[in-house]
Amino acid sequence: MAFLSLEGVSKEFGTFTAVCDATLEIEKGEFVSLLGPSGCGKTTTLQMIAGLVEPTSGRISLDGRDITYEKPNRRGLGVVFQSYALFPHMTVAQNVAFGLEMRKVPQSERTERVREALSLVQLSPLADRYPRQLSGGQRQRVAIARALVIAPPVLLLDEPLSNLDAKLREEMQFELRRIQRKVGTTTIMVTHDQAEALSISDRVVVMEAGRMTQVDAPYRLYEQPSNAFISSFVGKTNLVAGTWRRDGASSAVDVGGFRLEASAPEIAAGTPVTLSIRPEKILLRAAGAGRLDGRVVSRFFLGSQWLFTVETPLGILTVSAPNQGGEPPSEGSAVGLDWAPANLRILASQAAA
Amino acid sequence: MTRRSSFVSAPWLLAGPGTLFFVGLVLLPLALTVILSFHAYDYSTGIQNTFTLSHYTTVVTDEYYLSIFWRTLRIAALTTLICAMIGVPESYILSRMRDPWRSVFLLVIIGPLLVSVVVRTFGWSMLLGSQGLVNQALEAIGLAPAKILYTESAIVIALVHVMLPFMVIPVWTALQKLDPMVEAAAWTLGASRFTALRRIVLPQVSLGMLSGSLIVFGLSASAFAVPALLGGRRLKMAATLVYDEYLQELNWPLGATIAIIVLAANLCIMLAYNRMIEARARRTLG
Repeated sequence: MAFLSLEGVSKEFGTFTAVCDATLEIEKGEFVSLLGPSGCGKTTTLQMIAGLVEPTSGRISLDGRDITYEKPNRRGLGVVFQSYALFPHMTVAQNVAFGLEMRKVPQSERTERVREALSLVQLSPLADRYPRQLSGGQRQRVAIARALVIAPPVLLLDEPLSNLDAKLREEMQFELRRIQRKVGTTTIMVTHDQAEALSISDRVVVMEAGRMTQVDAPYRLYEQPSNAFISSFVGKTNLVAGTWRRDGASSAVDVGGFRLEASAPEIAAGTPVTLSIRPEKILLRAAGAGRLDGRVVSRFFLGSQWLFTVETPLGILTVSAPNQGGEPPSEGSAVGLDWAPANLRILASQAAA
Repeated sequence: MTRRSSFVSAPWLLAGPGTLFFVGLVLLPLALTVILSFHAYDYSTGIQNTFTLSHYTTVVTDEYYLSIFWRTLRIAALTTLICAMIGVPESYILSRMRDPWRSVFLLVIIGPLLVSVVVRTFGWSMLLGSQGLVNQALEAIGLAPAKILYTESAIVIALVHVMLPFMVIPVWTALQKLDPMVEAAAWTLGASRFTALRRIVLPQVSLGMLSGSLIVFGLSASAFAVPALLGGRRLKMAATLVYDEYLQELNWPLGATIAIIVLAANLCIMLAYNRMIEARARRTLG
């Protein structure tokens, strides 16, 4: 029995189905992200776990206890809201102490635990400040301390990093992971940022239009996306439509008369398929030396890497290459493209629609 | 050079009309009233051109005037308290309503302001009179009829009715600025709905309550039509007393003295109250 489980949980607002038949099992101590574009139902799912939204159907259980219809103040889960929702009329220490106060923890123990929580998020010197006197990153850490101080069985994070600027966001990602590792709390994070989800989670749940379409470890999600939506949402990818061909032992995809060697599980010959290949899996070669010839249409310098768009018989492909220090092929020059056939992912075409 | 000078004079020109109105309609009459209050009065010859403080000593030593001041203060404070007790929950419910209900109920709350104060007050005297609807209802369920009209209760009831929008609107505005997730955060930390309201929501709307109470108190303490019509001839409040001195006794200087004392007392109470609450709220809410 999993620590936290969702069984066929659905939520309908009138005729609109926000979450449809969500089933998920989360083990103790795991860091799971709910990833999806806005409006996919990920926040609603989190709010149902927190008890702020009541499911239309289904069952949520925590440590063997059915909590589907339990009031939020009886669940004892830690929640970090997207807006942080700090109490503006209380100091940092009072904010953090609030949950302990509600649990009638004695004063001396309360002070001690607030002190510990603030030192965990490295905010001890700011205990007497008011939230309005703090920066965004500091507020966010107060929100985390406030949620963690009550020693919740599960920590729920609703887009915790979306209000921070890019550099701070990256720092806070690692900070979040460090804190989670240290306290070992089972954590569920909602995010629309795939890089964030991939970098700090044990497992990622992809949600599309209210459904959970893939639940996997970050690297497997990236390498083996189950459909075209996921392959383009999680990282960048090139999608090419073609037809599956098989003659004897060798199998290939036919794209407008062009044959690309690939291997795939049982797909009937003649089926329309979608090919997916990541930009970083395509290697630039001299013209004629690769599997495919093309011409560089444009190139962008991103610091650690170069991003090219290359015109080929298959259409425009995006290629990325690590910055090795030298000058790469210029715009308009002819190049060859090469890849390992194993990196060519075949997706059944109906998913691409 | 002309451009520059017109640039400098622009703020004065813009503020001019308002300042003129303020000086002409507020400061000047007020100054005249203050001057008038120091004039001697004689019942046979009228206002004398001699300086006297006798009106002030009369008012502050006479039991009759003091009792009216106390009543005014009591009624205004009670009205403010009741308005806060009804208005704050009301605006919370209003803020949680969805359209179109919110607009409908907002209109219901503001409704009393759209009816003339005299008409509205006569409505109350019809309801509260000895043969009014309230007493008919009391008799119908077998209770003794109560004397409500021409008592302080009648004045308070009618004042609360008129003043409620002045409490609801500032509190509602303060609630609009509140992040609804803050209350949800309190729930997730183990607070019951009531505790979350008391500890989290209420302190944050205290500034709205403050401005609401100041408006309600000020307007109630200087209310005229309601006490005049529902208090009867004998139950006087400050404003009706001033009216009587001016138009029944024709003792304008004494009327002016009472008006000035009421104004000063009102100002002192409101400033002290404002300072007390605002200092506390500023410190925490910024």
